[in-house]
Amino acid sequence: MVKDNSLSDRIFNICNITFMLILIVLTLYPFWYSIIGSFNTGTDYARGGVYLWTRDFTLSNYKALFSDNALIKAFGVTISRTIIGTVTHVLFTSMFAYAFSRPNLKLKNAYATIGLMSMYLSGGLIPYFILLNSLGLYNSFLVYIIPALFSFWNVILFRSYFAELPDALIESAKIDGAGEYRIFFTMILPLSKPVMAAIALFTAVGHWNAYYDSMVYTLGSELQTVQLYILKLIQSTEAALLLANMSTSTAAGQGAVTTTTLQLAAMVAASLPIIVIYPFVQKFFIKGMLIGSVKG
Amino acid sequence: MTGTEQAQQTKQGRMGRLLRDKDQLSLQSMIIPGILFVFVFTFIPLYGVLIAFKEYNIVTGIKGIFEAEWVGLANFKEFVNDINFWNMLKNTLGINLLSLLITFPFTILFAILLNEVTSAKFKKLTQTVTYLPHFISWSIFGGLVISILSPSTGVVNYLLQKLGIIDQAIHFLGNPDYFWLLAVLTNLIKELGWGAILYLAAIAGIDQEMYEAAYMDGATRFQRIWHITLPSITGTIVILLVFQISNILNSGFDQFFVLQNPLNIDASEVIDTYVYKVGLQEFRMEYATAVGLMKTVIALFLLYLANFIAKKITGKGIF
Repeated sequence: MVKDNSLSDRIFNICNITFMLILIVLTLYPFWYSIIGSFNTGTDYARGGVYLWTRDFTLSNYKALFSDNALIKAFGVTISRTIIGTVTHVLFTSMFAYAFSRPNLKLKNAYATIGLMSMYLSGGLIPYFILLNSLGLYNSFLVYIIPALFSFWNVILFRSYFAELPDALIESAKIDGAGEYRIFFTMILPLSKPVMAAIALFTAVGHWNAYYDSMVYTLGSELQTVQLYILKLIQSTEAALLLANMSTSTAAGQGAVTTTTLQLAAMVAASLPIIVIYPFVQKFFIKGMLIGSVKG
Repeated sequence: MTGTEQAQQTKQGRMGRLLRDKDQLSLQSMIIPGILFVFVFTFIPLYGVLIAFKEYNIVTGIKGIFEAEWVGLANFKEFVNDINFWNMLKNTLGINLLSLLITFPFTILFAILLNEVTSAKFKKLTQTVTYLPHFISWSIFGGLVISILSPSTGVVNYLLQKLGIIDQAIHFLGNPDYFWLLAVLTNLIKELGWGAILYLAAIAGIDQEMYEAAYMDGATRFQRIWHITLPSITGTIVILLVFQISNILNSGFDQFFVLQNPLNIDASEVIDTYVYKVGLQEFRMEYATAVGLMKTVIALFLLYLANFIAKKITGKGIF
């Protein structure tokens, strides 16, 4: 960066930093707002003015929230689909990408065409729904896993990383008698940790945040994900009211929990894992995004 | 095996060799599951688009797609005559164009300004914070927006009243007049940082000597941005603009589904939410498929058009 200390330059710097600070506050404030609200008693919150700090501290919102079995179950569904879905997606897609990156693969152009078509064409919601229904995936846990196994976009990311690995490595393993599967599992996978991490994280966030498939392809609350649970809580005040009333009759005392503070607590509980983990894994996300942009 | 040897072999010989070649078999066995996946999950639904021209019943499953009776363009005629259809098409296009006008230039401006931040630590902090909302789902982010804009307890109304800008609390999400702008601005806050990431990478690739030389020649900071930074990232800008334009009908289901309510529905119904409701809540599947098909066709056309214009103007396109 050029060093410049003229007056106009210093004014520019001050304005620029102020602008960035405003953006930081604008971005972070909504999260702060939900946190302080979720620790405030409901009736007190309803008077308004809980904008900077909790006024009437309570844990009742969280107690009420986690006394609901549906939420515990939803966390179970979301955690399982995130783990199983991420592992299977990364294995399935990276194996395809490895074979796709090998120069001696026959019919490569045909496969590339089919892959690209899968990125740009779609039959739309209804034909897809009919398909899942016919495959028996409707209202089954597998509807979260199987249709999410493969993504050609991620194949491109994997391949551009595999292509950077020295060819001599694979050739020498072949001379030693290793087959393609052995090379993939014992050499390529361990050497590709950065790209694996990046794609695994994107996939995991996708699974964690998913509610659409849960809403459209499952019924009832057995297979409901956390995000769908929250969406229902936000969209139907009755659902939240029911939960709030249930808690006041059992614990806490009148008015400690209202629909609004309960909704805030639910939002905090569901976003917390991402907010806590995110700063530590940020570099992988950025790397993943940039691998894609170089070749794609 | 060299290329010429390979070419000399007959087709039959190649097949025989393929079967004997253990490595090739392994590679093919890694590829086939993925290809099968695409056939099942992309190609079969593509075929299912046929129901847009048919009279379909869900209980007949996939087989019913073939057996259902043809009705020609009846489903398309139906939506062209549907007042709701035109309204939601207007919303989809309107919100996306507004977003293109506001979000697109603002993201570029943000990337350039962020690059001008001299403290590396502060730059990193800003990036970390502004990328965060991208990873939060719309069901949560939308919930935050709803509570912050609440007319009774929301902080926005409180501030506007304190500053004397309004006398009475406004129910922002209950008024269709505000919806388009609200949708664009909330999406801007959520995606601004992440949207800037490719521009930042492009800016980082610019040769620093150019800036030094320009400084020696007396170029001001603004001149350096205008004559060095901006021209250097034109390629990235064009590519992302083409993508943005081709995506203009993909307003994204999530944001609208979360933020819409019976009061603002006139301004918040977009193609994706409409297809969901008509198809899976009213079970008018042929009709919803017809709307979806029309959307795909327009989107492909827009992609082609945007790419064509980009090539004409700048000589750069994506295909």
